Amino acid sequence: MTALVLLDHDSAAIKQPARSAVAAALQLGAADVLVAGHGVQAAAEAAAKLPGVGKVIVADGEAYANGLAEPLAALLVALAPAYTHLLAASTAYGKNVLPRVAALLDVQPISDIAAVVDANTFVRPIYAGNGLATVQSSDEKKVITVRAASFDPVAEEGGSGTIEAAPAVAAQTLSRFISSELSRSERPELTAARVVISGGRGMQNGDNFRLLDPIADKLGAAVGASRAAVDAGFVPNDYQVGQTGKIVAPDLYVAVGISGAIQHLAGMKDSKFIVAINKDEEAPIFQVADYGIVGDLFVVLPALAAELERG
Amino acid sequence: MKILVPVKRVVDYNVKVRVKSDGTGVETNGVKMSMNPFDEIAVEEAVRLKEKGIATEIVAVSLGIPACAETIRTALAMGADRGILVETDVELQPLAVAKLLAAIAAKEQPGLMILGKQAIDDDMSATGQMLAAFLGWPQGTFASQLTFADGGITVKREVDGGMETVALSLPAVITTDLRLNEPRYASLPNIMKARKKPIETLKPADLGVDPTPRLKVLKVVEPAKRKAGVKVADVAELVMKLRTEAKVI
Ligand SMILES: Cc1cc2nc3c(=O)[nH]c(=O)nc-3n(C[C@H](O)[C@H](O)[C@H](O)COP(=O)(O)OP(=O)(O)OC[C@H]3O[C@@H](n4cnc5c(N)ncnc54)[C@H](O)[C@@H]3O)c2cc1C
Ligand SMILES: Nc1ncnc2c1ncn2[C@@H]1O[C@H](COP(=O)(O)O)[C@@H](O)[C@H]1O
Repeated sequence: MTALVLLDHDSAAIKQPARSAVAAALQLGAADVLVAGHGVQAAAEAAAKLPGVGKVIVADGEAYANGLAEPLAALLVALAPAYTHLLAASTAYGKNVLPRVAALLDVQPISDIAAVVDANTFVRPIYAGNGLATVQSSDEKKVITVRAASFDPVAEEGGSGTIEAAPAVAAQTLSRFISSELSRSERPELTAARVVISGGRGMQNGDNFRLLDPIADKLGAAVGASRAAVDAGFVPNDYQVGQTGKIVAPDLYVAVGISGAIQHLAGMKDSKFIVAINKDEEAPIFQVADYGIVGDLFVVLPALAAELERG
Repeated sequence: MKILVPVKRVVDYNVKVRVKSDGTGVETNGVKMSMNPFDEIAVEEAVRLKEKGIATEIVAVSLGIPACAETIRTALAMGADRGILVETDVELQPLAVAKLLAAIAAKEQPGLMILGKQAIDDDMSATGQMLAAFLGWPQGTFASQLTFADGGITVKREVDGGMETVALSLPAVITTDLRLNEPRYASLPNIMKARKKPIETLKPADLGVDPTPRLKVLKVVEPAKRKAGVKVADVAELVMKLRTEAKVI
């Protein structure tokens, strides 16, 4: 039994959610990985160092430069015969490609697994995490996306995989990449950070998000947001934590001016410790918070920054 | 251009969902049902494209039990022109839904299909991508803006690190993200008018599709509940507890 894992990377390093997907694959048996992109030799070498990885298949070419689903799916289908399981992290990248692969293989995908029971059986959250379903697949091949927050990632070093080139796949003309606008940040990525501090509608505007900066700096935290804060344009869309945004499970999650709607809780309630700062003592966020401060965030945040500064 | 919009009947997003004590699923009896919120965004987008003269006809499709006709009526009240109900008691999973939708597309020949990026009940986020694969069409998932030019479509997508823009040939499959638009409420006159719009009913067998699920649900349990913790008096106490009790900073 060997699994193939499609890796999220930035051409140089392998992203943490992908390392979690490798961890899930290793629970099933042996794991090979696929690195696709243009100019990805460094990423391929990084992939070969992931502990437990057998083969690193590298698809290096312009067709893969921007992660378009159509050519990637065709490539995965070409590689599929050698594998019992095909996996990817359930990031925007993985979720875009794997279901397309599943259809081409006539397989029902198993999205966003939170645990492996056996080779055919998996646990996945449903209804915004209000239920945990154990599902058993009757398909011969399994196509799976992995909830990264539920699997400890494999380390970055220690492995000795072998690198080989992917077979050529016919070009496609269905889709074309135009441009991307990625939010630049010096901070850790939301899905990889040990501490996350998120702001909600209570922040009132984008400028006020700067009140989170000194605290994030001090704690090495990533900054996230509720849907309401994103919809209002306070911060970019990729800050959204929740059922339909990013799923995080850091050691510490600080929710500031966030009420705690089911859809938000779905994205952060597996955090080890939760702190809530909210002026409404009835806010549902306090029902899941380990530590709560009832107060005005415009008073509490500067005080918290100062307290952390005092060391 | 004809647009097909699949709309799913789901437990309303405001309902606090409860797992059944026998572990067979979640309680849906007597629970408020609504159109999947992402599908409302899809219908809204189609209606706006019709208002701009880009779309000529909007067909709302729902698959499932007879009550899914209500979801189609909601789409008709928002501005869709007619409906197709694929009626079955079988629990439908994305693979079957995508096959049924592909069969409908073969009959209807739409220029565009707009789906939600995710159904908020099964949280699969798979059907649109699978439908695109069955049809051999390009896919524009997690869309937050659509622009039509030169016989194709440009899609702004929400991706892991921000936004991305791709150009697709038509016909194509789009899945909606939250920022694509804000759906309208149907007006009373439009709700009345929707009653007269036609809904065609089909069975999976009419479309030559076997809808048998491939995933068997062995059990559904409630996740471990978090307990409410303590309220602290001030930031000094908070920082002290985070350092010495939780040991996370
Ligand atoms: C299909 C669908 C998908 C969704 N997906 C997501 C998702 O992925 N993520 C997500 O977050 N939401 C999601 N939502 C939205 C969700 O239902 C809530 O609307 C949203 O989470 C509310 O955001 P909020 O808590 O910031 O805003 P609000 O609910 O408006 O809460 C603001 C909070 O700030 C507090 N506050 C205000 N001023 C201050 C102050 N000065 N000091 C301290 N506290 C203050 C208030 O007491 C209040 O509790 C989704 C909804 C739908 C329908
Ligand atoms: N039974 C259904 N009837 C109509 N549309 C559906 C159905 N199931 C899924 N869809 C469509 O597929 C989208 C994604 O669903 P899913 O892949 O289940 O998360 C939904 O937002 C709908 O647009």
